[in-house]
Amino acid sequence: MKRDKVIGAILLAVALSAITGLAIITVFIFREGVPIILRVGPRQFFLSTDWDPSLGHFGILSMMVGSLFVTVGAAVIGVVFSLSLAIVLTQFAPPGLSAALKPVIELLAGIPSVVYGFVGVVTLVPLIRQWLGGPGLSVLAASIVLGVMILPTITSIAIDALQAVPKSYLEGSIALGATRWQTVTMVLLRAARSGLVAAIILGMGRAIGETMAVIMVAGNALDVPRSLLAPVRTLTSNIALEMGYASGDHRQALFATGVTLFVIITILNTAALAISRQRAGKRRAT
Amino acid sequence: MRLSPVTSQRLAVGFMWLLTGITFAVLVFILAFILVHGLPHVTWTFLTHSPASMGREGGIFPMILGTFLVAGLAVLLAAPIGVATAVYLSEYTREGRLTLVIRFGADCLSGVPSIIFGLFGFVFFAITLGMGLSVLSGSLTLALMVLPTIIRTSEEAIRAVPTSYREVSLGLGGTRWQTVFYVVLRSALPGISTGIVLSLGRSISETAAVMLTAGSALRLPRSLFDSSRTLALHFYLLSREGISMPNAYATASVLIIAILALNLLAYALMRRFAVKVGH
Amino acid sequence: MQTSATTPPLAVQGFTASFDGQPAIKGLNLEILPHERLAIIGPARSGKTTFLRSLNRLNDLSPGFTHSGKILRDGKDIYDADVDVGELRRKLGMVYATPVPLPWSIYDNLAYGLRLAGIRDRAKLDERMQAALGYAFLWDEVKDRLHEQAHVLSGGQQQRLCIARVLMLEPEVLLLDEPCSGLDPISTAKIEDALVALKEKHSIVLVTNNTKQAARASDRTAFFLLGELIEIGPTAQIFTRPAQKQTNDYLMGQFG
Repeated sequence: MKRDKVIGAILLAVALSAITGLAIITVFIFREGVPIILRVGPRQFFLSTDWDPSLGHFGILSMMVGSLFVTVGAAVIGVVFSLSLAIVLTQFAPPGLSAALKPVIELLAGIPSVVYGFVGVVTLVPLIRQWLGGPGLSVLAASIVLGVMILPTITSIAIDALQAVPKSYLEGSIALGATRWQTVTMVLLRAARSGLVAAIILGMGRAIGETMAVIMVAGNALDVPRSLLAPVRTLTSNIALEMGYASGDHRQALFATGVTLFVIITILNTAALAISRQRAGKRRAT
Repeated sequence: MRLSPVTSQRLAVGFMWLLTGITFAVLVFILAFILVHGLPHVTWTFLTHSPASMGREGGIFPMILGTFLVAGLAVLLAAPIGVATAVYLSEYTREGRLTLVIRFGADCLSGVPSIIFGLFGFVFFAITLGMGLSVLSGSLTLALMVLPTIIRTSEEAIRAVPTSYREVSLGLGGTRWQTVFYVVLRSALPGISTGIVLSLGRSISETAAVMLTAGSALRLPRSLFDSSRTLALHFYLLSREGISMPNAYATASVLIIAILALNLLAYALMRRFAVKVGH
Repeated sequence: MQTSATTPPLAVQGFTASFDGQPAIKGLNLEILPHERLAIIGPARSGKTTFLRSLNRLNDLSPGFTHSGKILRDGKDIYDADVDVGELRRKLGMVYATPVPLPWSIYDNLAYGLRLAGIRDRAKLDERMQAALGYAFLWDEVKDRLHEQAHVLSGGQQQRLCIARVLMLEPEVLLLDEPCSGLDPISTAKIEDALVALKEKHSIVLVTNNTKQAARASDRTAFFLLGELIEIGPTAQIFTRPAQKQTNDYLMGQFG
């Protein structure tokens, strides 16, 4: 019994240090980044497109727009492909095939982002440049590459969401004479809606945090992108590109960018969590 | 013109299969592209020698070692701490506001982009603590990065163990720790090890955070305080600066093969544990 | 076993058990006598399971659990601060309504209790295992399969395995919480037969929803209703001439 108490104490100590460590990171980042937002003025920081560290101008709007475009683009691609994958694997593929294909999807998740970026630069960007015009390094390229990268995330959560729908719902629909596809659209997708939305939001959270692949294919121009074919710089690329040589206010501004990312992603994750929990609660209540 | 339900189904399902096919084609393409261009250059010499003229010639041995050290150390630190934290949170405390806050925090941090951890590591470890750009800064940063994920996946695996198992163990006179060790951890092992292996894979692939903390030295690191370049970073620099395409492909091939092997290992581990546990 | 012929293994005195302030058992007084099979019957929410779990202090695990009164074992309150709870639980072996084989081999399931207590000697384990399985009427069925996974056994076999698992620790009292619910009649009969043999060495407390089982398989019967002990007495008497009206109504199927 004594031994039990000692072990409990050790575990407590370890847990506390882990939690403290993680809390320190959060506090640190905010402490480094928030002051400069206040000094420059939130409106100036978030709503100005003028980013010129040498002059002390720190407006991240063009990068926020860049991140937004690229993330939404990735989400569109991700949704279309992931949903198809998830529906096919859970509803239409024979069980042996599904089981074999799922680990393969996980494999997509394991490929390093720099490899994605590289393949994108070497194959996709020239294609875009040749067939669609523009420099090739573009919102479109970044969206496609990111879309592929977040596929595994969205797919696996979507598969879980689809599989969580009680079989009785589906059987009931088929018993009423619906085809499998009608069952999918009218019953399955609607029942799994919250889980699917959560999957997409989490995918977007991943996309917005991606750095290396985006640096390699997005062009990194500081202007607000005017079209899909225009080059773009995202919040993450900005940090990665300038951190190495930034100091003083510049460095703090990069931290402030980090704070912005942190908050955006936390909001996304919380929303995803709330949505999936809300539906689950509803279902249990009925 | 209204399509019959059967026709709609055929079209829709056909379309989805097409997209599925494209997805897998893309995966195969990416792997093939890298491996076809790179494998011919992956020779024994390449793997065991140091680079020369900024990586244009020579091999990648220091990068292999660097990756091994940075990623390995990170997981070696984060895994026991993460699992212990997860055990404490789920087995030794009551569910309450505190545990909810902690879990929320861990969830948030596991979604935070690696570049932000890189930022933190750079300013905190490299500068404030004076470790400089080094293997140590890099692995500590990565350890913090994967810690929330390990805590989360371990906790999920632990909570998936049925309460009845715990009651049986306690009913037979076991102490809390005995129950945790012999029953809970044993049953949660597949989930926990998958989380750890995934974190290892993530550490190996990580570029942005190590760039800012472990640096990009080409030399063999002789201590934990030396800067070192990882495979992923080396690949990035080689390709971006256009230094040597064949070497870039070769480096990427080594990286990919390592990750493929890791994934296979994870898969095999999971199956072996699951069978033993009798699910 | 270790209990003397005059001291009952367990004496419950004015025991009240509450969860978050709501009492589940109120002012309970009863004794568990050596070598008896005591059936506890009553409708749902009568406190039967709570009572059982109070005996081996499993209720300690529930966050809002509080109690008053005493449960004496050899004259000492089991809720005293210096009681070795592990030893208590080894001596009061519990079997649950749903069989819970741990996800290991039959051998490991049976050996677990002793291993927890620090006994690892193969010979001793094997010896006790044979005895325990014999008492649970399971030896012949599994003696050649000890290293198979426990979950491949049928429901009835799994439950007998669970009984054997607690028998490995040579308990004084067996606490059985509706052990035959969900089992087929043959398995149920086997377990009831096992209980007859087991009472020679143990006291048995059998919670059951099935009054006919209580009538078949016990020496005394206690009727619980809404957390109170309404009546307790020899089984034959309870079932033919119950003293309380509520007991009679329950047995007649008026409620429950």
